[in-house]
Amino acid sequence: MRELLAAVYAEEWGRIVATLIRSTGDWDLAEECAQDAFAQALVRWPVDGVPRRPGAWLTTTARNRALDRLRRDAVEAGKLREVAMSTPEPDPWDEEPDAVPDDRLQLIFTCCHPALSLDARVALTLRSLAGLSTAEIARAFLVPERTMAQRLVRAKNKIRRSAIPFRVPPAHLLPERLEAVLAVVYLLFNEGYAATAGEVLIRGGLSAEAIRLGRVLAALMPDEPEVHGLLALMLLHEARRPARLDAGGDLVPLEEQDRTAWDHPRIEEGLAILDRVLRRRRAGRYQVQAAIAACHASARRAEETDWPQISLLYGQLTRLAPGPVVELNRAVAVAMADGPAAGLALVDALRDDGHLTGYHLLPATRADLLRRLGRREEAVVAYREALSIVGTDAERRYLARRLGELA
Amino acid sequence: MVVKYLMLVVADGKPSEDPTGDDIVAWVTEMDNRGIRLFGNRVVSPDEATTVQVRDGEVLLTDGPYAETREQMAGFDIIECGDLDQAIEVAARHPMARHGRIEVRPFWRE
Repeated sequence: MRELLAAVYAEEWGRIVATLIRSTGDWDLAEECAQDAFAQALVRWPVDGVPRRPGAWLTTTARNRALDRLRRDAVEAGKLREVAMSTPEPDPWDEEPDAVPDDRLQLIFTCCHPALSLDARVALTLRSLAGLSTAEIARAFLVPERTMAQRLVRAKNKIRRSAIPFRVPPAHLLPERLEAVLAVVYLLFNEGYAATAGEVLIRGGLSAEAIRLGRVLAALMPDEPEVHGLLALMLLHEARRPARLDAGGDLVPLEEQDRTAWDHPRIEEGLAILDRVLRRRRAGRYQVQAAIAACHASARRAEETDWPQISLLYGQLTRLAPGPVVELNRAVAVAMADGPAAGLALVDALRDDGHLTGYHLLPATRADLLRRLGRREEAVVAYREALSIVGTDAERRYLARRLGELA
Repeated sequence: MVVKYLMLVVADGKPSEDPTGDDIVAWVTEMDNRGIRLFGNRVVSPDEATTVQVRDGEVLLTDGPYAETREQMAGFDIIECGDLDQAIEVAARHPMARHGRIEVRPFWRE
């Protein structure tokens, strides 16, 4: 029963909260009543049996609870508060299940409104849409629970007092607002993907949530190519997860990964989504990144990787989404396609303009290229520089191993 | 729903001349006609401000602003909008958004 409820929770939480926010405008009330409904299900379902449509049962229960609370507040206040809920509207629960409006799209656009800080957007999305508890979000982002609770309260206050609208933005705002939504989903995915030993379990859950959100978005916005591009990208990266760490928890570089350990059904799914969306010929940064991931995913052996194609795709990506990190990745691809000297020229240009100062992958990449060019002493210096600023333990061990090989 | 916002019009510490000329008049006229702008004005530069404090029942005056900042409030507007997206659109069209910046703050609500 608990397993069933957990599955229903993951599927239905965001939908219930979104519906209640739309009808009451009260985020805290929506969350509390959704929580209540699940608590009731835990008591009632083992006795009464699982309802035919668990989602509808939970939504009705949560909504009745919200109505009770609003009525009680109204009585206590001695007057009828004007609530959208009391205005007659067709009851969605009288309709066929397919006709029940899905308000999650409004919710995600509100959670990811650019007037909120990025931290606030991420926290709100995880709390309201994905249903993670404040404690879970706090653990995932390594901040005290109190800090995360304050962040959520502040964000909800801003939504309410500043009147951030609960809606899908109109056409003239949609491109930039959708970009903000996709950025939050991708950030969530990367938070879960880049983390290594120690926090793997908690943080890995973030990637799963991001993919789940990506699927919801793809279903709700079928005509937006970049939504599908992002979903394909996440699936193709996630498919490599089983091979990314060795038994000791160390990062395994792509070219050394055991490709038979990759999640091939997931790769197939990602490739199919990407194929369909590329045929629309409306390229965007996520589609191009997914195409790069697809080149890696379709190479059965590292030596079969189509580096000239990847290098071209990075060229396209630097035009769609220019930035020093993309340029660094392009340098790596160029080094593989045209030789380490060509790649090193790009890396050195990046080093000279100073945008990536303090980013450990710049000296780490330089070090690898210098090593491949046989410039051992310069490589040692660059590995040491990378080691002095590297972030995670697994990456530190990887660099130390490379340095050890040169000494 | 209608929400009132205070728009603080902030200049970038340059001389207090108005670099935007008639643009502001056009903005004011449009927003007044749309029923969005309720009130507003330019204010003199902070060095002509008088800061007032009462401590132990005594009125203390300072000639000048309460805090020295490079950026200074050049004016303000009270606007009434349906939601923040509309307030953002209104603020973004204010000429000073291009030369300085506009801080949008909703009126206090519990």
